[in-house]
Amino acid sequence: MVPFAGYEMPVQYPLGVLNEHLHTRNKAGLFDVSHMGQAYLSGPDHETTAAALEALVPGEISKLGLGRMRYTMFLNDEGGILDDLMITRSIAAEDDGRLMLVVNAACKDADYAHMQAKLPDSVSLSPLEDRALLALQGPAAASVMAKWCPQAADMGFMTATSTQFNGNDCHVSRCGYTGEDGYEISVATDKAEQVAQTLLTHDDVEMIGLGARDSLRLEAGLCLYGHDIDETTSPVEADLVWSMSKRRREEGGFPGAERIQRELRDGPGRMRVGIKPEGKAPAREDTEIVDESGNKIGIVTSGGFGPSAEGPVAMGYVQSAYAAPGSGIGLMVRGEARPAHVVEMPIVPHRYYRKQK
Amino acid sequence: MAEIKYTDDHEYLNIEGDVATVGITKHAQEQLGDVVFVELPDVGKTVAKGDEAAVVESVKAAAEVYAPVSGEVIEANGDLEGNPGLVNEDPEGGAWFMKIKIADKSELEGMMDADGYAKFVAEQG
Repeated sequence: MVPFAGYEMPVQYPLGVLNEHLHTRNKAGLFDVSHMGQAYLSGPDHETTAAALEALVPGEISKLGLGRMRYTMFLNDEGGILDDLMITRSIAAEDDGRLMLVVNAACKDADYAHMQAKLPDSVSLSPLEDRALLALQGPAAASVMAKWCPQAADMGFMTATSTQFNGNDCHVSRCGYTGEDGYEISVATDKAEQVAQTLLTHDDVEMIGLGARDSLRLEAGLCLYGHDIDETTSPVEADLVWSMSKRRREEGGFPGAERIQRELRDGPGRMRVGIKPEGKAPAREDTEIVDESGNKIGIVTSGGFGPSAEGPVAMGYVQSAYAAPGSGIGLMVRGEARPAHVVEMPIVPHRYYRKQK
Repeated sequence: MAEIKYTDDHEYLNIEGDVATVGITKHAQEQLGDVVFVELPDVGKTVAKGDEAAVVESVKAAAEVYAPVSGEVIEANGDLEGNPGLVNEDPEGGAWFMKIKIADKSELEGMMDADGYAKFVAEQG
């Protein structure tokens, strides 16, 4: 067990990091992510709530459909990232005007204070302190879920619904943090253990700890807040422009819009990239990245061994001249520049569910 | 006869004559978790006691293996580079790291025997 954002969390379960990682890619892994912050943002109608949130994030919220989800980020006035989050518009028309947010555990108090300070009077924030969050991830996730929540099988990727799991009311979304198909189940704290134990009765399901969660999301090219993104990095530098719609990029109207529009126009000075070391030595966070003359050109922000990549993998920031896939770089590991190259992310391809039309 | 000594850095030395076969203990590999990378010293390198002689990395972290005695590295276990997981499977057997020709046997004084090391691990919890 290790301390993590004020919670005691397991790095691994008895299976161990390596096998937990591979199990998730092959079958289904169950993650207890109840430490994450869940909250409702409620206003009189969707237009009002979306506009209030759009003043804080660069994502397209106003055009979000019923039961649809979006990944975005809170920005500071300099366009730096305060936190990244998931936003869901309720699927029920009678709940319209309400958005559900899921934010990082380490940032939740600051996020809530930030929103309280900025929201108009007509939109209120209510943290959901009595809700747990479980994630079921992997190619078997859909068949496992279908056993206790038949409605889940038919859900599109990045959609959410209010439903029941084995008779317990819950909020299920088809999303995740591993690059695999999967779900997140938000459920009352006093029902969470029962839901988890039920899922674990399935032969395909194993508990997965923080270690494998980290290697899975790293291979999938997904950012870990406080490491790959922070208050100094902009969404453009972090290669998260895909999360902003054309309208929002052009219109601005979010904190730090000036910097972000400038970086979109002129290109950022540095970029977050995927990195594959050529040898077998992993390059960990904070490893210096150098050019062929040994000049520092960047830094690794996440790195380790990728069990599915079958070798070391990393991500980090490099000067933009080195950001193209294939660029040769050096990684300073134990005083020696070790050859590596920039690669496309995700390093291990995503296998999100695509609904048949 | 071989004699086995242990250090408080969780390394073992299997001593035969003036050669120590060095590796990390079963307890050390359990703490590290799945080992994914091992970097070994070059054969012929002279190490001083306490020098970083090798590196072992698991899915969780990187750890140094310190030279438990001074001397010349006369052999390195190349099997580990291709199969680092051997460190988890057979730490105190096939997964030895290096053989050091001991320069000064007095450096072995004060190291633990198997019982002493077992007690040391138990005390560390």
